[in-house]
Amino acid sequence: MIEIKKLHKSYPMGKDSLHVLKGLDLHIKEGEFVSIMGSSGSGKSTLLNIVGLLDTHDEGEYYLNGQLIEKLNEKKAAVLRNKFLGFVFQSFNLISYKTALENVALPLYYKGVARKERQEIAMEYLDKVELKDWANHLPSELSGGQKQRVAIARALVAQPKVVLADEPTGALDSTTSSSVMELLKEINREGMTVFVITHEEEIAAETDRIVRLKDGIIISDEKVKKNVKV
Amino acid sequence: MKFIFDKDSWQEIFGSIKKSKLRTAITILGVLWGIFLFITLLGSARGMENGFDKNFKNLATNSIFLWAQSTSMPNKGFQRGRQLRLKIQDVDAIKRQIPEIAFVAPRNVQGVFGGPPATVKRKTNSKTYKLFGDYPILDNVNKVKILEGRFINMNDIEDEKKVCIIGEKVVDELFEKDEQVVGSYVEINGSFFQVVGAYKDNQTSFEGDDSIYMPFSTFRKINNTGDNIGWMVIAAHKDADITQVEKDVKTVLKRRHNVHLEDKRAFGSFNFGEMFSRITGFVKGIKFLTWFVGIATLIAGVIAIGSILLITVKERTKEIGIRRALGATPSKVRGQIVLESVFLTLIAGVLGIIFGGLVLMGLNAAFGDSDSFPFVNPAVSIPIAMGAVIALVTFGSLIGMIPAQRAVSIRPIEALREE
Repeated sequence: MIEIKKLHKSYPMGKDSLHVLKGLDLHIKEGEFVSIMGSSGSGKSTLLNIVGLLDTHDEGEYYLNGQLIEKLNEKKAAVLRNKFLGFVFQSFNLISYKTALENVALPLYYKGVARKERQEIAMEYLDKVELKDWANHLPSELSGGQKQRVAIARALVAQPKVVLADEPTGALDSTTSSSVMELLKEINREGMTVFVITHEEEIAAETDRIVRLKDGIIISDEKVKKNVKV
Repeated sequence: MKFIFDKDSWQEIFGSIKKSKLRTAITILGVLWGIFLFITLLGSARGMENGFDKNFKNLATNSIFLWAQSTSMPNKGFQRGRQLRLKIQDVDAIKRQIPEIAFVAPRNVQGVFGGPPATVKRKTNSKTYKLFGDYPILDNVNKVKILEGRFINMNDIEDEKKVCIIGEKVVDELFEKDEQVVGSYVEINGSFFQVVGAYKDNQTSFEGDDSIYMPFSTFRKINNTGDNIGWMVIAAHKDADITQVEKDVKTVLKRRHNVHLEDKRAFGSFNFGEMFSRITGFVKGIKFLTWFVGIATLIAGVIAIGSILLITVKERTKEIGIRRALGATPSKVRGQIVLESVFLTLIAGVLGIIFGGLVLMGLNAAFGDSDSFPFVNPAVSIPIAMGAVIALVTFGSLIGMIPAQRAVSIRPIEALREE
């Protein structure tokens, strides 16, 4: 689903440049639940931005759903994001003056889905995250966990290939964190590829595969041994 | 195009407008004020133009008043200072020699340029009034508003009839209330005249409402003026150059009266056409100023919309970033902001036109019937109003391009990072 070969990225910092990603190789197959672990400055956010087509890479190759990503203009990138990617952010990034339902329906609007159908699908996904009763509330009337569940519904509504979650539990307490992780797991069980970025061990432990990043290099990539709970 | 009629794009626009009602209202106010001023000023200028037209409609505007004075240069054996007299034969001569002239009205008067006015008696009442000897053609130069009866006609002239037309004030002073005026007799300078009409002052000439008109030929007979005429009103065709006509007439007259061609004093004149064109020029000037001020204010208003949208875009950077992460293409983002700009300018423009129209209606109600203030039927034509709206839409979309471009120039990743 996501294939990265010798990926390099550097940012200009005045006269010098900061080499953030130093030749990453990563292959994520369809249906995987992967977490990228790393402290701040390790390059994990940069990696997510490149994978999420929010940023471009300097060198190397990136295949998304088998398609080589190169020379993207903003329009193509927008269409690909809409088609293949669902985003979940640390700070939720809901639009404040739109209701939960309208927020969830937004990707469908950009996809060109008719209004009525859009509402129905959005409601279906809100139901899935158990927020059907909150459909007409503004984000300011929702709790942090509820907001993140709305954001997850929004990420899923256009039926993307990959859900990219950037510190999805970073702004949540531990109880709501685990319920959000449960939701992500459930989505993964239904076949969705989920790609989580975190710096918390407990969160990473919930996923199936942990990729550790340090100073722009992958230092380890291993499957998580599941403790089967009885 | 589909984008404009898409219900969803409007929903997005209303969403963002509702979000900041006060700001939207203030933004709209700028353009509203601009177009309001434009419409009101333009309509008022039009009202003034109409007002002048109404005041001058009874006058032949392309005309000259001309009279004889004394020479200032010796010529052909005549000394300087010779008193000249216009003759009735001059009238035919200038009409014949200058094709631009439409008609000439020779006039005589008693009691305006020196000399005592005429004594008029009616029963026991006696008063003095200005007395004019005129041709029917006067009606074309300076239309007399007849209250009852008629004005002088050619039969009166040919038969030297003893008839007269008297002013409103003369009627008030000499006649009792409810007394029959037309058909009655008054004694003028010792002779009896039948009153055939009464007129009302039209405020733009020096006859006033206390004068008496009689046929030119009758006047000449009772006052022994012979071929002399007091002065003449010369009206040129509408598109003739009145200044040139004035020169030509004087040249003809100087030749006929043996006056040196360089003599500036011999014939005096008042060029009404020139004065009228100055008034027309003044109205034109006001109109130009109106266009200038109106358009400048309008542009200022539209720029205000642009700058406020720029601020809006800055405030909404993150939101725009989210939308782009969710799949909004740059053209959709741009389109929405331009459409928002056009929508705001259009609403403001239409409201401005409506308010401007209401104010013009109010002004018309207040001044439209007044005779003293030249202000009649102030209006802005539909094409101009439509043109203003089209200009607004154009300006609105052009100015909207700036914030729209800014909105898409920020990369989504930077927009999302903004807190």
